Amino acid sequence: MSKPRPALIALTRARVLEFIREPEAVFWVFAFPIIMALVLGFAFRDKGPDKVPVGIAGGGSEGLLAGKPLRSDALKTIEFATLEEGLQALRTGKIALLVENRDPLVYHFDPTRPDARLARLEVDDAIQRAAGRRDPVPVKDVEMHEKGSRYIDFLLPGILGLNLMGTGIWGIGFGIVNARLKKTLKLMTATPMRKSDFLLGQILSRLFFLLLEIAVILAFGVLAFGVPIRGSLVLLLAMALLGSLSFAGLGLLVAARAKTLEAASGLMNLVMVPMWLLSGVFFSADRFPNAAQPLIRALPLTALNDALRAVMLEGKGVAAIAVPAVILAAWGVTSFAVALKIFRWQ
Amino acid sequence: MSENTAEAVSVALAIRCRGLKKRFGDVRAVDGLDLEIRPGECFGLLGPNGAGKTTTIEILEGLTRPDAGDVEILGRRWGEHERELRARLGVSLQETRFSEKLTVFEMLDLFRSLYPRGRDPERLLEDLSLEEKRDARIGKLSGGQRQRLAVACALAGDPEILFLDEPTTGLDPQSRLQLWEKFEGFRAAGRTVLLTTHYMEEAERLCDRVAVVDHGKIIAQGTPAELIAGLHAPHIVEFASDPPLSAEDLKALPGVKDCRRRDDRWFVGVASLVEAVPALLARLDRGGSKLLTLSTHRATLEDVFISLTGRELRDE
Repeated sequence: MSKPRPALIALTRARVLEFIREPEAVFWVFAFPIIMALVLGFAFRDKGPDKVPVGIAGGGSEGLLAGKPLRSDALKTIEFATLEEGLQALRTGKIALLVENRDPLVYHFDPTRPDARLARLEVDDAIQRAAGRRDPVPVKDVEMHEKGSRYIDFLLPGILGLNLMGTGIWGIGFGIVNARLKKTLKLMTATPMRKSDFLLGQILSRLFFLLLEIAVILAFGVLAFGVPIRGSLVLLLAMALLGSLSFAGLGLLVAARAKTLEAASGLMNLVMVPMWLLSGVFFSADRFPNAAQPLIRALPLTALNDALRAVMLEGKGVAAIAVPAVILAAWGVTSFAVALKIFRWQ
Repeated sequence: MSENTAEAVSVALAIRCRGLKKRFGDVRAVDGLDLEIRPGECFGLLGPNGAGKTTTIEILEGLTRPDAGDVEILGRRWGEHERELRARLGVSLQETRFSEKLTVFEMLDLFRSLYPRGRDPERLLEDLSLEEKRDARIGKLSGGQRQRLAVACALAGDPEILFLDEPTTGLDPQSRLQLWEKFEGFRAAGRTVLLTTHYMEEAERLCDRVAVVDHGKIIAQGTPAELIAGLHAPHIVEFASDPPLSAEDLKALPGVKDCRRRDDRWFVGVASLVEAVPALLARLDRGGSKLLTLSTHRATLEDVFISLTGRELRDE
């Protein structure tokens, strides 16, 4: 007979086989991040800013605007026959501002809406310029369209980080809780298997998919949107690996005691949802108040996203990602150690 | 000197436990249980659901820690020689649902890799008549095939002792028979089997010795034949009549050892059929009772259990 595989390899292999035969899991790991990047990339693609709709109502010949159309690239004007119609459109958000054409001109708008304030500035600017205003300070605009400063460039490393977190925590957590529920975990502890082999096998099986996952997401970003990779690819992979190990540790911890899939998925959401929001996946974590920053910076996903962006977008080297790397390693080691300690095998 | 003798005895036993106790909350699952099982023996723990059989076998398997008591498996203790012991034992749990996505061979191969030495998975599949299902996903197997796979996994390390917890529960008669033959084959190779069951036919067919367990205690122990002989009523007469007879009427008949009633049927344990049946018929005739049904069977372990506890094995 052929010599049997070492237990660690056999356990890893079995987990990989189980995973790739689960079509839903394959979808969430590979297709979902791409669909998300595709949708968001199109929603925020470079097409110039939208024109702000503004309304003009009333007046006729006695209004100051009579016969003079608004000239501005940023505005789209809609004429209303009566003031009431115009106000109705403003109330329902169809226009950002209503110009009541009389003497003096009246601007109706809601100052708490950013687009309304923008409209107020643009409309007034257009009217005053048309009336002959000259600015006392000469200025000149230079517009930026460089790759790497677009939303998709910001987004893609975030999606990569998000995906590494999701697959790490879900992949490991569900695998373990399922094995516990089906009692295969208990049955395996009745064999001479080393318990650490089982846990390591779970983590190694994750790493097997890691390379594929990264390759698919990065290739998509580069080919479909021309997202730049300015730093070292090796460093990028190393950070992704570290992040993945760290989340695998968290996944083990989440699954260490859960007895049902519901309990496990509740815990996973508890761990992941705050990071979805806080860790700078879709928008920069800098937007949160300063007081919350130390906490947000200490989250593993924030650390991973910061590091991935530093390498991909800014081309930074090892020195710049040392702090996030330490944060990730600390999360990984601590959660693995605690998980091993409190793990429930039956 | 006496210590040496005690040592020698315990080494010679495959499984030995004394004073096992285990509670779960208020329930005393195992309540002072002793066992001595010899190498090469097939031993059965027989009892109804909830009697403590599973807790007992899982303590012996080293999966559950007892609150009190002492366990020796192959002369070794769990705390000291865990990995060595695990390599020498095979375990099939009451309900294991293997990952449905793996194939039969992949699962067996995985279990084989967990043992330092063991049997060739291909040969094991043949032994358990699973070779045709070698590459089938476990999710597509029937109940009997899954159970055979569970037994194959338990045999992957070529164990000296095989632990089987309710190995045929829920299977059809043919699958059950097929598994029984496998267990008999294993035992014929001189290995030890400990099984739990609430099927008396299973215990009678497979087991050299049986311990009847109820409320976490052993209430009787011996070979199936000894236990049945202990009833002193090797035959059971089952009948119904109109109007029915009373217990006093029946006990007055020659050779009647005990009787019990379920609905309008009497189950009467008798020493000799040729003596008791004519006497019963005569008694019915004299009392003007009409016989509605009459049948007899040889006493079984079920009858032993009923006479010991007043309950039936399978009243769930």
